[in-house]
Amino acid sequence: MHIVVCIKQVPDSAQIRIHPVTNTIMRQGVPAIINPFDLFSLEEALRLKDKVGARVTVLTMGPPMAETSLRKALSLGADDAVLLTDRKFAGSDTLATSYALTSAIQKLSEEDPVDIVFCGKQTVDGDTAQVGPGIATRLGFEQLTYITRIEDLNTASKEIVVQRRSEGGVQVLKTKLPCMITMLEGTNTIRFGKMDDLFRAARYELKTWSRDFTGAEEGRVGLKGSPTVVSKVFVPKPRAEKAKMIVADADTPDAMAAAAIDAIFAAQPKLAGDLLARAAAGL
Amino acid sequence: MSEPSKPQGRKFQLPEHLKIYKNVWVIVEQERGIVHSVSLELLGEARKLADKLGVEVGAVVLGAESPDLNRICGDAIGYGADIVYKVTDPALADYRTDPYCRVMTDVVNTHKPEIVLLGATTLGRDLAGAIATTLATGLTADCTELDIYADNRSLAATRPTFGGTLLCTIQTLAYRPQMATVRPRVMAMPERDDARIGRVIEIQPDLREEDIVTKVLNFIADREQNEAQLAFADIIVSAGKGLGKVENMKLVFDLAKILGAEVGVTRPLVQAGWATNDRQVGQTGKTVRPKLYIAAGISGAIQHRVGMEKSDLILAINTDPNATIFDFAHLGLVGDALKILPALTDAFGRRLSVNRMAG
Repeated sequence: MHIVVCIKQVPDSAQIRIHPVTNTIMRQGVPAIINPFDLFSLEEALRLKDKVGARVTVLTMGPPMAETSLRKALSLGADDAVLLTDRKFAGSDTLATSYALTSAIQKLSEEDPVDIVFCGKQTVDGDTAQVGPGIATRLGFEQLTYITRIEDLNTASKEIVVQRRSEGGVQVLKTKLPCMITMLEGTNTIRFGKMDDLFRAARYELKTWSRDFTGAEEGRVGLKGSPTVVSKVFVPKPRAEKAKMIVADADTPDAMAAAAIDAIFAAQPKLAGDLLARAAAGL
Repeated sequence: MSEPSKPQGRKFQLPEHLKIYKNVWVIVEQERGIVHSVSLELLGEARKLADKLGVEVGAVVLGAESPDLNRICGDAIGYGADIVYKVTDPALADYRTDPYCRVMTDVVNTHKPEIVLLGATTLGRDLAGAIATTLATGLTADCTELDIYADNRSLAATRPTFGGTLLCTIQTLAYRPQMATVRPRVMAMPERDDARIGRVIEIQPDLREEDIVTKVLNFIADREQNEAQLAFADIIVSAGKGLGKVENMKLVFDLAKILGAEVGVTRPLVQAGWATNDRQVGQTGKTVRPKLYIAAGISGAIQHRVGMEKSDLILAINTDPNATIFDFAHLGLVGDALKILPALTDAFGRRLSVNRMAG
């Protein structure tokens, strides 16, 4: 059983700041982390490894600095790590990214056929949720997104039963390997690494692969291979009118609350009626 | 129409063979006979785009043949579609990526729409990512605004980026169709017009169940909602980091209870474990448009703003008079939310109970 977990190194978005004058992103000093959604998939892969035995390879596409995220994944228990890095990949949108990652997964499959690809539900910086389905479609793997639980995995018959979150309920799906899985957040908790994995991760000789190596066509990656283009990045316009500030008779919470309610009811007379009717009905 | 497109110096020339792509489509999401409201919202948006382009709105309804499905086709016309592509096969009864993707790829390649819109739901995102790959075209996720570039008739899809700190407008170059997903409640629900007429094109793809690897063993419907019903709440009381500590969440729940409101939170509060993610309002949480939104101790980051700025009335309470939230709230109150929330709970309680006695 060979499992590939695709991860992405992202800036810790909680710490991104916008330069007040130039309106550009201030990336300096923002720590890079493994996309938090990827950790649920990594943990699930490691649990399968514990349960049925599997080789877990982590794969990322990114600049050389993404190495730290791969080593982090190794320290948590992944067996192998591949860094797909090439200037030619720069500017790839989701279609080009899924193509590049697929070329690496196919390369991995040549040596040891891949049974399951795990991806994060989405990233916290791009938020598209498109790369996982893109990889599944390209590989012709069964696509299992928003999985809340892996009920059963039979390595002999290569069958898997999962629970999938959908609108209004949970689907129980049975399918065959190979498949691509994205885990829903909160479905597990990432483990702490063991000491010997930590040492192994530090010493591990990373596989660094280029576009040439995986055989990805030049015209299908990077800006050239991307159908979409960002035509404008901007800070949203402030509303023409700023908030009308509520002035209370006195500087006490009670006076402020009274003034606030008056202002709400003045702005939304219908809402006042609705609330009063609701109260009168004793709800 | 939007200002001229300037795709960073890259030339935009639509080749002749792509110029035959016409019409704006919505893939209507239905599961077990229930249409997701986002599909109707999108039909309203598709109508606006189609009118700007001078083309028709197409709605694709997929499923197993049933009276429900016929009703949904009628709904699609009432909400803005000119043409309904009714795709029926027993294998389409439940959503599964593979048959839905195969069928949609064929239907798009046959009828050639220039724009395809889907809801950014679990179904829409799963399907959109797959179809965009088989069609080898551009897909923009979670758009908050859609428009048409006047100079080249292409779709200008605006979405938050960098975790919701900035907005960006994305266009698809020489590829068709142009695809986008939009989250529920981002677009306004159009009025249904029963007088509208449209035509229904029936498509029977003739799928074979034995060719489909994934089987649906069971569907466990959600129990009558333990989860917060934020998206459709009339009143929401929301909390941000300004509340200081998790114990103070009680103040928000108290006020919400008096008002029959739902409680919302910002992303940092979910990350800190103060609330579950079904209560998160913002780019990575829910989009809401209540009649009243009370934001307590929320600074107003774009990530949060895009999820709530379409509320009818926003009251912001913040100790910092320069907080960003006052730039887009309708009413502002500078003060300590920890003191004002209980005062609001008391005052609302008094006013509403007086009325009850009077009534």
